[in-house]
Amino acid sequence: MAQAVEKSVVEREVALARQRTTRWSQTLGPWVPWLLIGGFAAWSAVARTDQFVVGVIVGSLYGLAAVGLTLIYGIARVSHFAHGDVMMFAAYLAFFALTGAVVGSQTGDVVFPFHLGQLPGATEPIWRFSFGYGLVLAILIGATLAVPVLLAIDRFVYQPLLRRGSSTAILAVASLGVAISMRGVMLLIWGPTGRRYVGGIRTTVDIPGLPRIVADQFFIMLAAGVLATAAYVVLYRTRLGTAMRAMADNADLARASGIDIAATRRWTWVVGGGLTAAAGCLLALQSQLSPELGFILLLPIFASAILGGIGSPHGAFLGGLIVGVVGEVAVGLGVISPGYKMAVIFVMLIAVILLRPRGLLGAQS
Amino acid sequence: MMTEHAPVLAADRLTSGYGEVPIVRDVSIRVGHDEIVTIIGPNGAGKSTLLKSVFGYLPAWHGRVLVAGDDVTGLTPEKLVRRGLAYVPQTNNVFPRLTIRENLAMGGFTLTNGVKDRIDWVFELFPVLAERPRERAGRLSGGQRQTLALARALMLEPVILLLDEPSASLSPKMVETVFASVIEINRRGTAVLMVEQNARRALAISHRGYVLANGENRLEGSGSELLESDEVRRLYLGE
Repeated sequence: MAQAVEKSVVEREVALARQRTTRWSQTLGPWVPWLLIGGFAAWSAVARTDQFVVGVIVGSLYGLAAVGLTLIYGIARVSHFAHGDVMMFAAYLAFFALTGAVVGSQTGDVVFPFHLGQLPGATEPIWRFSFGYGLVLAILIGATLAVPVLLAIDRFVYQPLLRRGSSTAILAVASLGVAISMRGVMLLIWGPTGRRYVGGIRTTVDIPGLPRIVADQFFIMLAAGVLATAAYVVLYRTRLGTAMRAMADNADLARASGIDIAATRRWTWVVGGGLTAAAGCLLALQSQLSPELGFILLLPIFASAILGGIGSPHGAFLGGLIVGVVGEVAVGLGVISPGYKMAVIFVMLIAVILLRPRGLLGAQS
Repeated sequence: MMTEHAPVLAADRLTSGYGEVPIVRDVSIRVGHDEIVTIIGPNGAGKSTLLKSVFGYLPAWHGRVLVAGDDVTGLTPEKLVRRGLAYVPQTNNVFPRLTIRENLAMGGFTLTNGVKDRIDWVFELFPVLAERPRERAGRLSGGQRQTLALARALMLEPVILLLDEPSASLSPKMVETVFASVIEINRRGTAVLMVEQNARRALAISHRGYVLANGENRLEGSGSELLESDEVRRLYLGE
């Protein structure tokens, strides 16, 4: 008898506590992440300017790739685990276009005779950058050539599965298979050792209003800005972009409006894949080229897309910036080893998702 | 009510369904120029499935679909839109993350020009939409959403509008508004084929109606005939 009373008291307390938590999390909870993230961004911009700026540069690339990821997820309905490897693959295509180098036998690389590095003055450094116009062209070529590869993968892997009514889980696993295959191809052609587009020392520059940064990072910043603007214009100011967003919202209704969903799907790979590939080429300039890097990149990019609210292009870009800044600043504090960068990012992601399950800018329900 | 021309839309002994099970069996209907035609019937009678197979979401297993006498059986929704059909689903009938104006622009996706004029025409027909053209559709009330859904479907000046339960889950006042819109749309020259639970209100504004039961044709008649038929009154109007 006493036990039964006790139990009911406990149950009531639990129920009340649950109610309180629900009320709290429903009213204030969704705004807590904004306050924390906003506060952290403001503080780090002032107190840790160096890491903040590097975080913004790296984060803008995460953001661009995350926009690609979120578009492919929302429109093509693929949880694209090959996304990081697509970035690396595009970077290797750019590297190949610039240097013509592939891995040879023990003696070293085999260099194909026709490559952009041979063009007159192509490797002559522009301004304080470490590279000449050859690399700019190579990046354009790398990002462009990655698109038909993605279209072929969609045509021959994802679409046949979708036509058979495969679940999202099966498509995700298929994309993991694509990722592993792409990595295999990269290892085979360019070897496991890390590479850089161009060797030599990186010059730093002083730009008014910015801390001293490597000149190449300034280039990355400008390029990311141009790409983000282009993506915004395409998605929000063109008929094609509106059709893409319409299809992400409701593919059946898009068909009822006369939108060619097969063509829109292809354009999604062109736009989303192109952005991702370009971000990959630029990221390799920031760090390096390595077949293993693709899988490592996958984590912050998924984190960015989910943090911003899966399906939201604005959210994905914002998520990328946050992931970039939080990672750089957390490690820059010197308290924890750089090896924990991803751990910090994911703890933040989990905290945000618990408080705001739809992500920062995700659609309600 | 037979017109001398071929009907705008006809289903000729249509059989269709999901998987292995036929939901619609051997159903024939036709909609003449300028007509409002309503399909009523109990839950599970196959009314919505009939609309979906007419509009090409579901393949026809047997039978044909004819638009102005042309056989369009097997055409996809994307293609049928270009033949003058328009379809408003019962739920999820707007693009929630697009603005009102973007929803309408998508409704007019196949127009090569004149989208803006057509949007103005739709705004004139539904002034409530013109008030906040930049509002996201997901933020609209149920009634406004239904209005936007109708407006989106009208962007291409369809010859026939297919409506799946346009009055479902609306307040009584909004139901009146939606039916008034249907009459107005029809008055401006678009034939209407609708499926309705609200049989009494729907038949009252319809030229003709069909009663579907167990996926088959059961009765056919003018709106008033069906309203007065003993069987319809007993089975579907609850009298």
